[in-house]
Amino acid sequence: MDWQAFQVSISLALLTCLSLLPIGLAMAYFLAKSNFIGRGFIEAIITLPLVLPPTVLGYFLLVGMDSNSFLGSLFVSLTGQSLAFSFVGLWFASIIYSLPFAVQPMLRSLEGIAPEIREAAWCSGLSKWKTFFKIELPLAWPGIITAMVLSFSHTLGEFGVVLMIGGNIAGETRTLSIAIYDSVVAFDHQQAQSMSLILLAIALVTITLVYTLNRKQTRVAVL
Amino acid sequence: MLQVKLQQTLPTTLDVELHCEKGEVLALVGPSGAGKSTVLRCIAGLQSPQQGLVSCKGQTWFDSEAKLNKTPQQRRVGMVFQNYALFPHLTVMENIKLALDIDKEQHHQHGKRLLEQVNLSGLEQRYPHQLSGGQQQRVAIARALARQPEVLLLDEPFSAVDKVTRRKLYMELNTLRRQLDMPVILVTHDLDEAAMLADSLCVIHQGTTLQQGVPETVLFKPNNVAISRQVDSRNIFTAQLVEYENKLKLKWYDYFIDVADTSQFKLNDHVHWTLSPSKVLLHQRVRKSRGEHENPLEVTICDMVSLRGITTLILTVEHTDGIRLQMDLPEHVAMRNGLKIGETISVTLLADAIHLMSE
Repeated sequence: MDWQAFQVSISLALLTCLSLLPIGLAMAYFLAKSNFIGRGFIEAIITLPLVLPPTVLGYFLLVGMDSNSFLGSLFVSLTGQSLAFSFVGLWFASIIYSLPFAVQPMLRSLEGIAPEIREAAWCSGLSKWKTFFKIELPLAWPGIITAMVLSFSHTLGEFGVVLMIGGNIAGETRTLSIAIYDSVVAFDHQQAQSMSLILLAIALVTITLVYTLNRKQTRVAVL
Repeated sequence: MLQVKLQQTLPTTLDVELHCEKGEVLALVGPSGAGKSTVLRCIAGLQSPQQGLVSCKGQTWFDSEAKLNKTPQQRRVGMVFQNYALFPHLTVMENIKLALDIDKEQHHQHGKRLLEQVNLSGLEQRYPHQLSGGQQQRVAIARALARQPEVLLLDEPFSAVDKVTRRKLYMELNTLRRQLDMPVILVTHDLDEAAMLADSLCVIHQGTTLQQGVPETVLFKPNNVAISRQVDSRNIFTAQLVEYENKLKLKWYDYFIDVADTSQFKLNDHVHWTLSPSKVLLHQRVRKSRGEHENPLEVTICDMVSLRGITTLILTVEHTDGIRLQMDLPEHVAMRNGLKIGETISVTLLADAIHLMSE
């Protein structure tokens, strides 16, 4: 069992899902409230990582993080390190490829709140911020939890993008899925099996959680 | 006092002018899609018209010329939405507390008082989905009142409850309104509901307010035929004013009909006239009365329907090419007189109740 890879995977998944909480919520809130012409295009861009082959996405991200690119050179000037093949680069890439898993459930749950509920809050004297924190956020909570769980588990299991962006640096970018691949290539099936079982258990628990929360959300929406 | 003037051309036409005094219930009536809810939303600040003025208690909430548009939070409006829009994740007490605009220490006490006012004591800890439609409506009213609003807006508050509950809620609202000292606007498409609960009616059609006045006037003396149709006048006919036996009378087919008030019209005017079905009186077959000299008509009963003690007769008037007149009378009167379809009876059109309208 490669505990170092396990630690990298868990840290990456936790950081990604915590970063996606404000980012995804802001995007979902903006999309739920607006109805502009290019909305479909923006939604398509956010959803793109869901349908693109991970290697394609990984390639574009790798190009974007190159030291000659704007983002890559900015990172080098700030930290003196290369963004590609680093944990920070991997974290950034994880935010991009897990974005649809965070935004979509949040968007659906925010859209599911009847506009009258929001308006009733305003007529009750609640400011827009208070309405968000006291009414919208609690009502959208199951969707937000779903988003967090999905982005955590998706980040934990991602392989293609991680390989393209992070490579395979032990303690830095070598995640559990990469370690499993390495074990299989090295014919160490016992190690591959134990690590696979851990990922399987995490996936099963998270998906069960998602379904349970979705059922709760449907019940609230029906009321 | 609440004063509202709204005008817009897009996306829907609005040409609204209404006013509502302190303690008065004004019913905004009109068919679905007439713009009733839009008017409420404009008063609440949830929507803004292109032009207009909304002022309440001497404070201006919206003035297009002065470019003033206060937010719903700044307007002190109590609004009861059609489906009540209760916060589903909060208990009854929490729903009300959220709207309370007083010291936190007094929240619980004040919330309890509001729940008592709407007869909901004991249900403080229930969630909206654990309440019946009628109870939900009461919570919505309590929440709307919690903010001590300067105007109370009720958007079809009885449409989501069954008939039995509705009747009960009418009584409760009637009692509650006596305790309120703010203008109350009730949006409804039910004329009976409006006439029962409101001090004044305002008819709205295709975004335009047509007439505002006491229910009796709007329902039985509408300003014109369009309003008459909106308030479901069942007897609308055309005739000409002529001089007959030294009086101005309505020449309607072969009949010369006495009308009490012709002051707004002159000889030879072509007019519409309307008469409430309850103001058509049956001549008793057994005992003759003095009233039989007042606009007597021979009519044939071609249909009759009884509902809740009132029998409506559809009558064909003799010598009028089959013109139909509607008449309402108590069911027991219809039974006592042995009225049957196909029979010919004699009726009186009350001259006092005939209302003339220009074409």
